[in-house]
Amino acid sequence: MFLRLFIHDVWTIAAKDLHSELRTKDAWNASIAFSVVILLLFSFSFDPSSDQVREFSGGLLWMTYAFAGALVLNRSFAREVQNDCLDALIASPVSSAALFVGKALANFAMLFAVELVSLPVFVLFYNLRWGAAQVGPMLLVLTLGTWGLTVIGTLFSALTVNLKLRELMLPTLVYPMMIPALIAAMTLTTNLLAGQPLGIGIRFLVAFDIIFTVLAVVFVDTVLVG
Amino acid sequence: MNALEIADVWKYYGDFPALRAVALTIEPGSTMALLGRNGAGKTTLLRIIAGLSRPSRGSIKIQGLDARDEATRRRIGILGHGIALYDELSAIENLTLFGRLYGLHNPRKRADEMLERVGLARVRDGLAREFSRGMRQRLAVGRAFLHDPEVLLLDEPFTALDDRAIAVLQSMIQSMRERGRTIIMSTHQLREALELASHVALLQRGQIVHTGERVQQMVEDTGWLYRTYGDN
Amino acid sequence: MREKIIIGLAIFAGALLAWNMNTIFTGLPDELNQGAIYRIIYFHVPANILGMLGFGLGMVFSIGYLVTKDLRYDALAASVTEVSLVFASIGLATGSIWARIIWGVWWAWDVRLTSWLVCWLIFGGYLMLRRAIDEPNQRARFAAVVSVLGSVNAYICYMSIKWWNTQHPQPVLTIRDGGGMAPGMEAPIYWNLLALACFSAILVMVRMRQESFAREIDTLRRMAHAQ
Repeated sequence: MFLRLFIHDVWTIAAKDLHSELRTKDAWNASIAFSVVILLLFSFSFDPSSDQVREFSGGLLWMTYAFAGALVLNRSFAREVQNDCLDALIASPVSSAALFVGKALANFAMLFAVELVSLPVFVLFYNLRWGAAQVGPMLLVLTLGTWGLTVIGTLFSALTVNLKLRELMLPTLVYPMMIPALIAAMTLTTNLLAGQPLGIGIRFLVAFDIIFTVLAVVFVDTVLVG
Repeated sequence: MNALEIADVWKYYGDFPALRAVALTIEPGSTMALLGRNGAGKTTLLRIIAGLSRPSRGSIKIQGLDARDEATRRRIGILGHGIALYDELSAIENLTLFGRLYGLHNPRKRADEMLERVGLARVRDGLAREFSRGMRQRLAVGRAFLHDPEVLLLDEPFTALDDRAIAVLQSMIQSMRERGRTIIMSTHQLREALELASHVALLQRGQIVHTGERVQQMVEDTGWLYRTYGDN
Repeated sequence: MREKIIIGLAIFAGALLAWNMNTIFTGLPDELNQGAIYRIIYFHVPANILGMLGFGLGMVFSIGYLVTKDLRYDALAASVTEVSLVFASIGLATGSIWARIIWGVWWAWDVRLTSWLVCWLIFGGYLMLRRAIDEPNQRARFAAVVSVLGSVNAYICYMSIKWWNTQHPQPVLTIRDGGGMAPGMEAPIYWNLLALACFSAILVMVRMRQESFAREIDTLRRMAHAQ
């Protein structure tokens, strides 16, 4: 019974966020534009056609995702501040955990969509060659890596939402915390693009995702309810 | 069982007690006006009752259950300073959303009925950000009463409402009273609020200095209560 | 009483440090392979040890606050973390100087250096967060959450950078501590550790006092505004 209620609440919150975002497309537009611009800027700083690009392709891609993602993640709880909606959500029967998971899922969907859109741009700009065998593993890395970023970003979005200097505090706190997930995702992506199979790095991503999802769900109530 | 029992509640900001040894009992069916100057602690107390904040010490029991309990939150309605509505969603979408959050059986139908009740049925598909201020306020009132709460918390409800919104709010409060629901509102002693109240509690510097039934003199002479029970 | 302890500790630590410096600079010969610069180890290692211990203690005190809601735990967590950040900075700086002289590079993506830097960033963020929050209880709550998450993250970071290093062949750099030190050379590390630990205790006590004053001032300000 409790699980059914939890899933219902998670779904309601996630659907609301996605619905709102589709209506306004604020974060979406900014995020896509930003990621294309970053990819472009990076391509000016070195010759994209050289073979060496392959070596840091994973790093480049995930840095782009991390920066563009911050726009989406910041918006996550920031959208609730206007009109005091956050108070209404906390006071409603929805548990803090359901609120968090719902928002995290919505953020994940948005981030994943941004990534899927910028991936072909990346492949285009940097003349990378894709094999069909790489698509599956690539999606796995994208999923696990994005969830890691999402979980950290959503929790810290909740934490920084009412602070002055919210836009400064979120990146400052979030990027160091994302480093293990980013390292794993970057290396795995580079390996994949070089034609190598996925290695034990996947275990890091899975462990990171599980540990921080649990920690986030445990702590979100402390953060939201004063 | 009392609608609300507050026992020895303290709330600290750092080491400063914003609420001190607050004890209050509210019987079901009463309408309590929570009075006090700015900074007295009214909003702090209301937020604790609403489950938005936890007391540093003491207990709050709403119909016998803790304020943060899920069952309790299902029965409480809140109308605060912000309208708590999403600008980018329409009136019907906003109310349907809150209907779902509060676990109503047919959220959309209930939302439609409420829009009718607050006089916004005509603009049900309009986005909240396109509404005039008065319309937004009426929509907020609709949201607060949507799930037919047993306990209603109002934070300075009549401030900044236009006359039409006030009329809607008054009629909804009246219908709640007729059905024996409990209402707690913090107020600056506006006549409209006091006329509705059955009980009053005066908060001064974080302490309850008086609580009792509303007396006609309070309505007619707004300063009387402060002079009699306050320390000036 | 508190002042007496602080002064006593300062004198003891100062004397110990002076005696130890004498040993280090005049008593011990230069190391075979590294020359004079190896002496930096006598600050680098104690600083890093104290930094790491401190961050761990900070996490423990943070959990203490979350459980008891007693602001003194928060003051302890903040003081210990801040002092640790200073030692972490010393550790990073001394490590960098040593690396420049011995390896010819200011920085190497060695697992310990890199994860230590990430640690520094995480807890630097912790201190920045504290400055951004006005209300003491909210500040304590949020800082505690960041401290716990940061400490867990720091450990995971270490493991993941270790793995990452296996993916990228690194220049082989000689091990720089422990292992093959002559007996006389190892002892001063621990004496310095003791002396610096005393200094850090002093700094924590001073910081705790500052936190206590800050709380008092905050309370007085709120009382004044409430009138």
